[in-house]
Amino acid sequence: MESNSFPKAQGLYDPNNEHDACGIGFVAHIKGQKSHDIIQRGLTVLLNMDHRGATSSDNKTGDGAGILMQLPHDFFLSLKIAVPESGKYGTGLVFLPQNEEEAAYCVEVLNRYVESEGLQLISWRDVPVDNSVIGEIAKRSEPIIRQIFVKGNYEQDILERKLYLARKQAERIIRESQLSEKEVFYLPSFSSKVLIYKGMFTPGQLRDYFKDLTNPAMTSAIALVHSRFSTNTFPTWSLAQPFRIIAHNGEINTIKGNRQWMHARESLLQSDLFGDDLEKLYPIIEPGKSDSASFDNTLEFLHMTGRSMPHSLCMLIPESFNEKNPIPESLKAFYEYHSTLMEPWDGPASMVFSDGRYIGGTLDRSGLRPSRYVITKNDMIVMGSEVGVQVFPASEIKEKGRLRPGKLLLVDTHLGIIIPDKEVKAELSRKNPYVNWLKENRLELEAIKVKQDVPSNMGDQFGPYSKVFGYSKEEMMLIIKEMSETAQEPTSSMGNDTPLAVFSEKPKRFFSYFRQLFAQVTNPPIDPIREGLVMSLTNYIGSLSSNILDETPNHCKLIKFDSPIITNTDLGKIKDLKHETFTHATIPMLFPVKEGVEGFKKAFKTMLESAEKAVDEHKNFIILTDRNVSEDMVPIPSLLSVAAVHHHLIKNKKRMQVGIIVESAEPREIMHFALLLGYGASVVNPYLAFAAIDYLVTEGEIKVPYYEARKNYIKAIDKGLLKILSKMGISTLRSYHGSQLFEAVGVSDDLIDNYFKGTPSRIGGVGYEEIFREAMMFHDEAFKNPEKKVSFSTVGEYHYRNNGEFHAWNPQSVALLQWATKSDDYQVYKKFSKLVDEQNAQPAFIRGALKWKNNPIPIEEVEPAQAIMKRFVTGAMSYGSISKEAHEAIAVAMNTIGGRSNTGEGGEDAGRFGTDRNSKIKQIASGRFGVTNNYLINAQELQIKIAQGAKPGEGGQLPGFKVNKIIAKLRHSTPGITLISPPPHHDIYSIEDLAQLIFDLKNVNPDAKVSVKLVAESGVGTIAAGVAKGFSDIIIISGCEGGTGASPASSIKHAGLPAEFGIAETQQTLVMNNLRGRVKLQVDGQLKTGRDVVIMGMLGAEEFGFATGALISLGCIMMRKCHLNTCPAGVATQNKTLRKRFLGRSQNVINYFTFIAEEIREYMAEIGVRNFDDLVGRVDLLEQNPAVTNWKMKNVDLSKFLNLPEEARLNPIRNTHPNTKNLDDVIDKTLIRDANKAIKGGEKVWLAYKIHNAMRTVGAMLSGQISKRYGEEGLPKDTINCTFSGTAGQSFGAFLVKGVNFRLEGDANDYLGKGLSGGKIIVVPPNGSTFAPDKNIIVGNTTLYGATSGDVYIQGVAGERFCVRNSGAKAVVEGSGDHCCEYMTGGRTVVLGATGRNFAAGMSGGIAYVLDENGDFEYYCNKGLVELGPVEDKADISELQDMIGKHLLYTQSPLAGKVLTNWEEYLPKFVKVIPLEYKKVLNEQKLKEVKRKLEMAEDVPDRRE
Amino acid sequence: MGNPKGFIEIDRKVGGYRPVNERIFDYGEVEQTLNESDRKDQASRCMDCGIPFCHSSCPVESNIPEWQDAVYRGKWEEAYDLLSATNSFPEFTGRVCPAPCEKSCVLAIHEEAVTIRENECSIVEKAFDMGHVVEQIPSRRTGKKIAIIGSGPAGLSTADLLNKAGHSVTVFEQDDKVGGLLRYGIPDFKLNKTVIDRRINLFEKEGITFKVNTKVGVDLPANKLLKDFDAVCLACGAMEPRDLPAEGRNLKGIYFAMEFLRQQNKVISGQQIPETERLLARDKRVLVIGGGDTGSDCVGTSIRQKASFVTQIEILDKPPVKRSEDNPWPYWPNTLRTSSSHLEGCERRWNLATKRFVGTNGILTGVEVVQVEWIRENGRMIMKEIPGTIELIEADLVLLSMGFLSPSHKGLLDDLGVEYDERGNVRSIENATNLDKIFVGGDATRGASLVVWAIRSGRDAAKRIHKYVMDK
Repeated sequence: MESNSFPKAQGLYDPNNEHDACGIGFVAHIKGQKSHDIIQRGLTVLLNMDHRGATSSDNKTGDGAGILMQLPHDFFLSLKIAVPESGKYGTGLVFLPQNEEEAAYCVEVLNRYVESEGLQLISWRDVPVDNSVIGEIAKRSEPIIRQIFVKGNYEQDILERKLYLARKQAERIIRESQLSEKEVFYLPSFSSKVLIYKGMFTPGQLRDYFKDLTNPAMTSAIALVHSRFSTNTFPTWSLAQPFRIIAHNGEINTIKGNRQWMHARESLLQSDLFGDDLEKLYPIIEPGKSDSASFDNTLEFLHMTGRSMPHSLCMLIPESFNEKNPIPESLKAFYEYHSTLMEPWDGPASMVFSDGRYIGGTLDRSGLRPSRYVITKNDMIVMGSEVGVQVFPASEIKEKGRLRPGKLLLVDTHLGIIIPDKEVKAELSRKNPYVNWLKENRLELEAIKVKQDVPSNMGDQFGPYSKVFGYSKEEMMLIIKEMSETAQEPTSSMGNDTPLAVFSEKPKRFFSYFRQLFAQVTNPPIDPIREGLVMSLTNYIGSLSSNILDETPNHCKLIKFDSPIITNTDLGKIKDLKHETFTHATIPMLFPVKEGVEGFKKAFKTMLESAEKAVDEHKNFIILTDRNVSEDMVPIPSLLSVAAVHHHLIKNKKRMQVGIIVESAEPREIMHFALLLGYGASVVNPYLAFAAIDYLVTEGEIKVPYYEARKNYIKAIDKGLLKILSKMGISTLRSYHGSQLFEAVGVSDDLIDNYFKGTPSRIGGVGYEEIFREAMMFHDEAFKNPEKKVSFSTVGEYHYRNNGEFHAWNPQSVALLQWATKSDDYQVYKKFSKLVDEQNAQPAFIRGALKWKNNPIPIEEVEPAQAIMKRFVTGAMSYGSISKEAHEAIAVAMNTIGGRSNTGEGGEDAGRFGTDRNSKIKQIASGRFGVTNNYLINAQELQIKIAQGAKPGEGGQLPGFKVNKIIAKLRHSTPGITLISPPPHHDIYSIEDLAQLIFDLKNVNPDAKVSVKLVAESGVGTIAAGVAKGFSDIIIISGCEGGTGASPASSIKHAGLPAEFGIAETQQTLVMNNLRGRVKLQVDGQLKTGRDVVIMGMLGAEEFGFATGALISLGCIMMRKCHLNTCPAGVATQNKTLRKRFLGRSQNVINYFTFIAEEIREYMAEIGVRNFDDLVGRVDLLEQNPAVTNWKMKNVDLSKFLNLPEEARLNPIRNTHPNTKNLDDVIDKTLIRDANKAIKGGEKVWLAYKIHNAMRTVGAMLSGQISKRYGEEGLPKDTINCTFSGTAGQSFGAFLVKGVNFRLEGDANDYLGKGLSGGKIIVVPPNGSTFAPDKNIIVGNTTLYGATSGDVYIQGVAGERFCVRNSGAKAVVEGSGDHCCEYMTGGRTVVLGATGRNFAAGMSGGIAYVLDENGDFEYYCNKGLVELGPVEDKADISELQDMIGKHLLYTQSPLAGKVLTNWEEYLPKFVKVIPLEYKKVLNEQKLKEVKRKLEMAEDVPDRRE
Repeated sequence: MGNPKGFIEIDRKVGGYRPVNERIFDYGEVEQTLNESDRKDQASRCMDCGIPFCHSSCPVESNIPEWQDAVYRGKWEEAYDLLSATNSFPEFTGRVCPAPCEKSCVLAIHEEAVTIRENECSIVEKAFDMGHVVEQIPSRRTGKKIAIIGSGPAGLSTADLLNKAGHSVTVFEQDDKVGGLLRYGIPDFKLNKTVIDRRINLFEKEGITFKVNTKVGVDLPANKLLKDFDAVCLACGAMEPRDLPAEGRNLKGIYFAMEFLRQQNKVISGQQIPETERLLARDKRVLVIGGGDTGSDCVGTSIRQKASFVTQIEILDKPPVKRSEDNPWPYWPNTLRTSSSHLEGCERRWNLATKRFVGTNGILTGVEVVQVEWIRENGRMIMKEIPGTIELIEADLVLLSMGFLSPSHKGLLDDLGVEYDERGNVRSIENATNLDKIFVGGDATRGASLVVWAIRSGRDAAKRIHKYVMDK
């Protein structure tokens, strides 16, 4: 039997990275009527969400499924178990080891604690199971499942607490035991109220495995279910859900911080209910479990210690309460008060919960997970991730709704009522006088009086300080100046080709040894600008005590900051606070020069001791400062100091008592601040950055006055921080604080284990000695040869300098490559590759530090270059980012050599389809620009870009001035209109969503391979495993060094990891999971030579992406000006004059790839492999080259890259078979058959079908067939007419083309009309329904995402993000959720009812008309880019009237009828929403038209002679 | 930095030369300058490249994009600081450097390179005009004494850096004035000698001691030097000219280029040359053998001396006007270079090898040359004479400018006992010779090269010497 947990961390695999996503739901009888039917319905809900779960490599083992129900008392009686009356006993399943002795020991321990908590064992029962139904993998780890019954004559809540105590203690004892299978021991539940059945099942297997579940005696009024889609396939029975209280769809991004803070809090907790027993519950969070499990642990703890479930939930996942949220002030106070107790557990979350009486659900503030519910007339409520999981006749339905962001749905089955969110929250906010408590205790920094100004100018000190802290000219002029003038982070382009800090000979700031993590696939990044309403940078310091189990006014005796960056004067204010509750200790971050490294260590130790002492002396905050640097005193890196103090105090359980303030000269870049905050600082005073601004203003370099400059600078940092938070999908600084969302690259294990605990770090690296040496190098620079003038040197971090930082693309390498490819001279290429390989081994990249073993064969035996070149692809560079000439040259080259070029995001001219200029890879990115059905059908590979190496987790923006006529045409937008790509794909918030998009694409074009592009970061391997399970054919792992047309400079430098990390981790994880055989792996990131390819191949890659190299062979000279449109080589520009300068020929690219392939052949002959396939994944042929080293690398160990998992003996280590999901039974096959005459002959057809939610992506395949025949044109209007009745699954009518009409009588799930390409979709409530359609939700979230043309009429309300990224479709709906018309660039949207918040965020084109009956639309609209006005223009009025008229015609909507018949009354109530930019362009177009007409008029024939 | 669109909006514009029929009547500098606003415009054409190829191909690694930007922003002092940080004499290189930077400028791909050299020259002249160039006397003296032998660009460069580092520097020059080839090699019409004096004055104020007319090893024993100084730097150049030992070499009328140029420079500086020793091209048919820069200087000087006819011949092929395929950007272009002197009227011929010198009565009357072709054999270029192409070029004055071989070994170098490399230059590792205390910089170790390379080598020597004396 395998152990019931993830494998241990090995190689680059780390079990901490596992993710899951899921389908959740519940069925309940509102009046609490128990029945077996409810349980069966619960199980059916699960079955109907089968497609949201996943199966493992054995295609049988599910990732997990489970059900929570009320304790089935009658069932136990029927089993003749001697239970007392209901409520006086508890029970639960117990997972036990297969080893009998160990099982017996577990039973004994549990019995012991039952007894010690004053309970009596009734009996143990063997739970009847049928394990013939489960998969091999599940079977290998199947536990013995028994059930324990205990009783105790207590009041039920007391009994619950005793059960809880017994369980927690038994868990800890077993966990700390020496049992070999101790991980198996697990109690899904142990309660007098609820019972949970769960395990490693597919939804269908749950019912068959547990025979109890089909026993009619088993009844409940509640059935809460969960099915899991996990990235891994490792045996983990205990991680199936529901947990004890909740089932969770989503993931907690801030889990690392949350866990640490909870741990730190334990020392301060006191509970009236538990008294001294409280300690028995520790640790509150079970180690080694999932994020959802940790959340459940915490929620259970808060609930058990006295808070109600809604109260606890609102504490952990508060809704957003800034000024953009329409909730009462008292509730805001409630949230604000609780925000001082607990940081949000942030990340996408749809939670369902139950304690046996209450059942409900809630969504986090962003509301990214769909949750729909139906209430029937006979008091049944069904909620699920999808609608349609239970089918009811239309006439039975009372209400259809969805959970809304931040809102609760609560059913009380005792009282038999649904308690509306408003009531629950009102009750909570009345619990204590929170408003007054805050007013009387919480200090706002702004409000504290200034006693003295602390100047920014540092006088003579500025020169030496700027040297000690290594301020370079680039930082001064490119970063600080730019931020101070524009309040923006600077933009840059092309990739990062400098070495990792640990590979650099130069001294580096300690910050540069860390990389930002970011969200991909398993949770979405946020758009911090357009969705700012959920973001917050507020934080507090100065907590006195933090017993969060209590609520007193004292809890909020804190100082509140709106931004974590404070000025010198603000810091002075804090220092001056004489108020006794706000005392501080100042601790220097300095060490003496004269005592060398020992002195450094000593000072470091003293610093930690002083911090502890400050806590013991009841100080409220610690100010860590590096002021007082001198010739004799050297600064300790601020990040090291902060992290060390933070972790030292956590370790000693003294962290919650103090806040950490950093007063440091070191931080100046956004990344620096993010690191300090992420490792525990609450606020930062960057006094030298301010002094630098002052200096630049004085020197006349910064053109605005100092105060404005500083304000701008802080604003830029704030924005940058929000961006870094949102990259991880985190909304608030409070939950980012201490969450350590970084990976260390090149820091010694010793430092990591002590001061950065929990931070992934995989190659070891610098320790005290090296850090000391770096500090001294900077210090010497300042004091050894003091200069009179203040000066800054260019260190070549961004732009190449001869004596600056190494750049892989340097004058020599660029020159040689251009020479070689232009003159087709292999000898020159060899000079190039020799140079590059030698430079890589300086070292510059990890590949340079690896070498392979030789076993030569004759080169004639090696496969030909043509075979190797099939593995080459070029990077996704859009026509838009690069010129037409460059784009087409690359396509021609790749088509010539048999490789594949990538069209990038932004469409492709249909004129290229079918020619040698057609890009074989068509990209689908978050903006969906130009992604039409016809585009998709003309591809051999469809690439979903999840992230981009240069800016993972971020969206993009193509400024209007770059959008010329042709680009606008390809992107289906208007020339001159800014195009925004959102950070996430709005149809991928989780792994099962990605699986859905893959399914969509495979339906449209079943012949194309689907690939998914990820970026290397710690954990990418597990994400790739999930992607493989989602039936992707190819997975691309991009290195962080990848190029870009434009990215924030800090993202290029600080986010993501080198490609080697990603590819090796992915390879190892997929092999361990036995998923490697199913997918091809592709890698890119600074690949240049044959050696690069061979090493990457050995690490696991089969295909290789090149972008910069190809561009350089076409004449790119690394100007890094792509973002300015001024490329002098005519490569990355749309400027006509500049494009003429383009000298590239496709032959250059062909030469380059031929050289690489020939070189690879030479290496293969050396190594002794005939086919490249035999080289893939062969890490056994690699070793670390000891000759490659420098002064920092003493402790660098690359062995983790070379780990060949044991499973490699059995499992394939390269792609061996296709990853096919059977599409044979999709309904489109029937549609195509039935519509045959229409497709072939254009004859009109009328068809009708029943539909249910498991039937997904209906219409896509049919449309693909039409595009194949008729291209962009589609069929004549109204050729194919289909009517469906029932609940449509996701992506109904996706990519529907012209000539196809879909009418749905019923309702639909998410993604209706995704990528609509000219088709028409009508949704109406089913016949016989009695609910008011304009009040009830009828289609799900994210409707018309990326639609380019077509019409949609919906008689009912839509979910969130209606018309998101619509660029041409016309839609009418009767009400919408949040973020309607987000990022819209074209088309028309009519909303005949209320909208949610954030309407029109990022909307740069198109027009929306909103019927604003309440007169409050303005509040709900995000007016960043748009203008609101009445509908008065004649053309507008007739357009609106026409659309409503059609709506009436197609849907018979009474609302439409009412509006039209009372037009004079309603017209004034319509608000026209038009983007300012769009209006300008429209006006210009009108003007042009007028001008043209005038000219025509003037151009009279007689004058034309 | 700069104006990102400068290069699109503004065309390359050079100062150009004074008109031929004006300039050949004097020895004043031939190059003209742009006005300040044009200069700023020209500086704005610099694009602050991600890879500044100009900077990387500049021997002194000048931070070109940064000072161009400073000029664009009107920050002349900052520009001068940036410029002088890597080069003690931008006023020299700004005039005479063949500017490898411009050849590898990204805009040179389309033959419209930024006018880097001229911009450089403007910065330094502006700095002098505005009074930014003032003596910088080191705040403390280390007490270390350093001798530098030779006052050409290498020696001066070494001297400047070491002096600024606080050492006491003495420069020994065998000639009567400081400057080496700068002064007596380069004609005034390319580099006015007051430009050198201006700099030397500053150096003197900054504390460098110059001892002219002092030939070390003759006027001053080398031993004494080694005893009196903590370190010695050899910066004596590579003055041994390549000879042409053909029949008739002894005829009167055949001179090394340097003899000719040196004399003219001395004359201009006001020295009297006895009529008997005077080398004058006036009314003579001049044949310059050797197609390089020195040869071109001979052409210009001959024209100013009113030669009746000037011919310049070169043994190699005529270089292409545009880059050949195997000589792409950004490498140094082996293309035809036409100097201001060439434009003043001379015949240039290629593929001619000298067979013998012809004369009557011991006086040169002509040179017999033969056409040659260059053929690649086993990867090496082999010269072959073309039969039947011998001809006679009539000439009264032949100036040999076929480059330099090495430093003069006889005397100081041999006496010291320094090792030589296979080409006869002083062997050095990081500017240290085989002998303790003795360092070397410039052409003496690199072989004859550009002024800018001499400056670079002098800087390297200074850094090495600084480390040596400080570690001792």
